[in-house]
Amino acid sequence: MDGIHDMGGTEGWGTVSIDPDEKVFAEDWEGRAFALGAMSGGLSGTNLDAFRHSLERLHPLAYLQDGYYGRWLACAELLLVDSGVLAEGAVDARARNLMGESAEEPADPELAKPEYERGGGGSLREIDDEPKFAVGDAIRARDMHARGHHRMPAYVRGHAGVVTAIRPAAVLPDATAHFTGEDPQHVYTVAFEAEELWGPGAEASTLHIDLFESYMETT
Amino acid sequence: MTAVPPTRPPAPIRAEALEALLTERGLVNADAIDGLINRFVNDVGPMNGAKVVAKAWTDEDYKARLMADGTAAVGEFGFAGPQGEHIVVVENSASSHNVVVCTLCSCYPWPLLGLPPDWYKDPAYRSRVVREPRTVLAEMGLELDADVDVTVWDSSAENRYFILPERPAGTEELSEDDLAALVTREAMVGVAKVSSPT
Repeated sequence: MDGIHDMGGTEGWGTVSIDPDEKVFAEDWEGRAFALGAMSGGLSGTNLDAFRHSLERLHPLAYLQDGYYGRWLACAELLLVDSGVLAEGAVDARARNLMGESAEEPADPELAKPEYERGGGGSLREIDDEPKFAVGDAIRARDMHARGHHRMPAYVRGHAGVVTAIRPAAVLPDATAHFTGEDPQHVYTVAFEAEELWGPGAEASTLHIDLFESYMETT
Repeated sequence: MTAVPPTRPPAPIRAEALEALLTERGLVNADAIDGLINRFVNDVGPMNGAKVVAKAWTDEDYKARLMADGTAAVGEFGFAGPQGEHIVVVENSASSHNVVVCTLCSCYPWPLLGLPPDWYKDPAYRSRVVREPRTVLAEMGLELDADVDVTVWDSSAENRYFILPERPAGTEELSEDDLAALVTREAMVGVAKVSSPT
């Protein structure tokens, strides 16, 4: 989907600096949020791609305000509510009670975990189809505007590149994030020159990105 | 515009609430949560990747295996697991510089580097390094000559890119352990070089 998460090439974010004394978790709750987020896929019967999609479903203001582990916490809650493990508002009510308010906690809903077939653990799959593209092929990233989850940033869509590697085939996040199946596909690394992406005068560089076969077309 | 919940309780309280609700339902327990936190605070981090780099610098056969099949070669150290399904190693040199990003979220090779640092997750890094890599790298302390080729790797699928930095001068006599101690997280993502020992 088109949204706040798709940051490549957007402007106005300021400068980047390294904090050499950074801790893995700046505050204790971030570690708890990380662990709960990591466990939420299994507990909700969803998957990694659904988790990534849940990040995209956050309100753009929340996405930015919550920070990385705040997003993990929000996404854990989102997936668990989607799957009926927790009621909508349950976390909010409990948090208010922990803060000394008297909030009524909602009853548990019916479990509603998604039903779908997985072809194995992880994301990589063996497939029989021959790769449609070969190393050295000139391709174009399709000008896709899918309304759900996918993994093709806006900044490469519609642009011409060259295949540099064929990677292991993998489940298509567009399918798994929405529990419609796996649709495993070949994955390619594609090189785009900076001026193709950013126009004349772009800083000299090459961009390598991994694209699923259905994201690509011949030029 | 749909309102963001205006008065959400603070994140630390919501984390406590979520953990309590799941614990009461027998779905999580504190030991499992503590174990996962402890793993990423103490056991998995850049020290893993540094061992791989030092080995590749001192053992040509290992380096050949690493470049040919990163996943298998890092697996020789036992480095595997989530966010390490397919490791691809890219070598930096005096003439060719590679740097890694995930513009869509913050995908990162956890088994080798642990969880990503703040700068890697910063919208400024995610947005800009694909568009003005030389400027961003200079901001982060790495000035590259104009004749150095720059390649940016956007981790948009399940391949995880790991940079083999250039071995610094003056390290011919160092042991593998001493070499590993020189290697920084930033060098293994490609936003720094490894410095010679001082």
